[in-house]
Amino acid sequence: MSSTFADRLLGRVRLGGLLALAAPLLAIVFAALVTSIVLVLTGSPPLGTLALLVDYGSQPRTIVMIVNLATTYYISALAVAIGFRMNLFNIGVDGQYRLAALIAAAVGGALVLPAPLHILVIVLVAVAVGGLWASLAGLLKVTRGVSEVISTIMLNAIATGFGAWLLTTDRLAVAVSGSNNIGTKPIPPSGQFPGFSLVPGTQAKVFGFVVIAVVLGVAYHVLFNRTRFGFDMRATGQSEAAAVASGVNVKKMVLVSMILSGAVAGLVGMPQLLGASYSYSLDFPTGLGFTGIAIALLGRNNPVGIAIGALLWSFLDNSSDILDLEGIPKEIVIIMQGTIVLSVIIAYELVHRYRLAAEQRRVSRELSTAAPAPEGAGV
Amino acid sequence: MLRTHASKLAATTAVGAMLMALAACGGDSGSSAATPAASGASSAAPEGAKVGLAYDIGGRGDQSFNDAAAAGLDKAKNELGLAEPKELEAGNGETGAQKEQRLRLLAQSGYNPVIAVGFAYSEAIKKVAAEFPDTKFAIVDDAAEGPNISNLVFAEHEGSFLVGAAAALKTKKDHIGFVGGVQVPLIKKFELGYTKGAQSVKPDIKIDVKYLSQPPDFGGFNDPAKGKTAAEGMFDSGADVVYQAAGGSGGGVFEAAKAANGLAIGVDSDQALTADESVRGVIFTSMLKKVDVAVFDFLKSFADNTVKAGATTYDLKAGGVDYSTTGGQVDDIKAKLDEYKQKIIDGEITVPAE
Repeated sequence: MSSTFADRLLGRVRLGGLLALAAPLLAIVFAALVTSIVLVLTGSPPLGTLALLVDYGSQPRTIVMIVNLATTYYISALAVAIGFRMNLFNIGVDGQYRLAALIAAAVGGALVLPAPLHILVIVLVAVAVGGLWASLAGLLKVTRGVSEVISTIMLNAIATGFGAWLLTTDRLAVAVSGSNNIGTKPIPPSGQFPGFSLVPGTQAKVFGFVVIAVVLGVAYHVLFNRTRFGFDMRATGQSEAAAVASGVNVKKMVLVSMILSGAVAGLVGMPQLLGASYSYSLDFPTGLGFTGIAIALLGRNNPVGIAIGALLWSFLDNSSDILDLEGIPKEIVIIMQGTIVLSVIIAYELVHRYRLAAEQRRVSRELSTAAPAPEGAGV
Repeated sequence: MLRTHASKLAATTAVGAMLMALAACGGDSGSSAATPAASGASSAAPEGAKVGLAYDIGGRGDQSFNDAAAAGLDKAKNELGLAEPKELEAGNGETGAQKEQRLRLLAQSGYNPVIAVGFAYSEAIKKVAAEFPDTKFAIVDDAAEGPNISNLVFAEHEGSFLVGAAAALKTKKDHIGFVGGVQVPLIKKFELGYTKGAQSVKPDIKIDVKYLSQPPDFGGFNDPAKGKTAAEGMFDSGADVVYQAAGGSGGGVFEAAKAANGLAIGVDSDQALTADESVRGVIFTSMLKKVDVAVFDFLKSFADNTVKAGATTYDLKAGGVDYSTTGGQVDDIKAKLDEYKQKIIDGEITVPAE
């Protein structure tokens, strides 16, 4: 029944019964407490601040924005979570999605194809680029034993440089007329992913990609819980030695899961690219890969948990502007996000320890009431 | 402000029940929560225009580009009797939709005119301006078109030409340098003007060029340590004058110039007045990009009801860009520089922008 901190951190050890409920509740209470203290110290009323956020966040247009950004965050967190399941820390999601989005945008802008095919080609290019870029880190790990943490961070920097080299008017970019911005040639309507008018009261549309995100979430669940491959992955993640003993090719699993993580990372930029901007330009959102790490931790690698985490994160990001308007520094939202992640980690760890201690007490009680154990068996 | 307090509280109760219970336990935090922070929205009736201003990353306090816009706003507030303006800031790595929402928030909260600082707002302002046809919008550094959008654009290459000429006149080793913040088209305009200016004085002059970061990493605008390293490299390899167009990283360039007994050229504001006091001596001139003047002019035209849509180019002729003379270190070459300036104004010299 022993588990490492990493196991518990990544949600590989399940809690049962009331304890499963206690951990998130504890996390919410703790996060609320810390945030309230910070707000009071900076002279803003905690409840008033929350009211502002909720009020602004529940307007139809803001809801659409929250769902749209959460879609992006969700895919990013899934990409990270795939690695986590295997004990791989793919810090490189950021570089993978940026490079994938850039090249996919350039391909999409250059092609003329009928509608569904056009979108499919763009998405496949993005998946391929993301997977290829991540495979570099995977190959380095299985052939040379390079830690994927180091190699993916470095590959992020290389992706930035490579992307900047590609995104010049000599290569993939065109100048946006009359602007200081440059970007890839805009993707024609046939390559744009249509959105839905899901929320009444606003003309803003929810990204069509939200469907893909849901499908990905289901696929993630099925893959890890219902397939041999997923079992091998989880086994490798929990104990490499045991996995080898039961005939799993660990090197292959590392490489495959790294590529899989990168392929999903390649999709991270797609909601934005195919649903809103249609071009990869200088102001394409950055840092989504790092947000994904936080959300994967927050959601404890569980597809539903990640969805809740992504929505919460997106809600805070999108509602924060109203705070500035009312004279409350919007940076408070960043503090909230950090606090929430820490709270979740601490709360789960506390509950796990509580459970462990309770179990030990129970076992020792049973042992002491039963016949005295033979000597030397108490180790 | 868009809903009643009652529904606001109802929403809070539903979602924040946990927090409320907690705040009650926390004692004084419960009582301070009694006044929602919505008071600012229902402030006293404004006397003048309610200006909404959306900054790019960095916001007020970056000692550079955003601060110049803030200076223009402050001046207008004092001189034109504006109502309390509202200033919002961009976050790092946000999406276009978030920029759009920021402008929309300002417009729908009744702020008019709305000013967007930086080309990143290009797409956002087009959409939001179309939604609010009765609100006047202005954008700095971008040519986004719309019937109610005024564009405040600058001829940075012309001003950079002059400081390039100044650098070439001042150098003793015929070797100068340029440190750019981020390798984007806007900063390349600075580089190109500087290069042309220097070459027009000394055609064979050696010019080192270094950008601190590549997009989408915009950190090069806010990393003095990187600026210092880059400039040190140039001084070590024999340059004696370095021009920085690197926003907040410029401070590092000045430090390197001081350590190497070299000279430096500031950017955007008159940095011999705004930079850290210990390094002001090495800044012999600055390329002035008068964002403050542009913002003030726009607000004045709004007050006078003479706002015109479309581009207003702040070039040498309009006094929108210039070189600074603070400290008297350019007194010996001022006549020559003014000669170049006149030639550009008269069209005898055309400085290419790209």
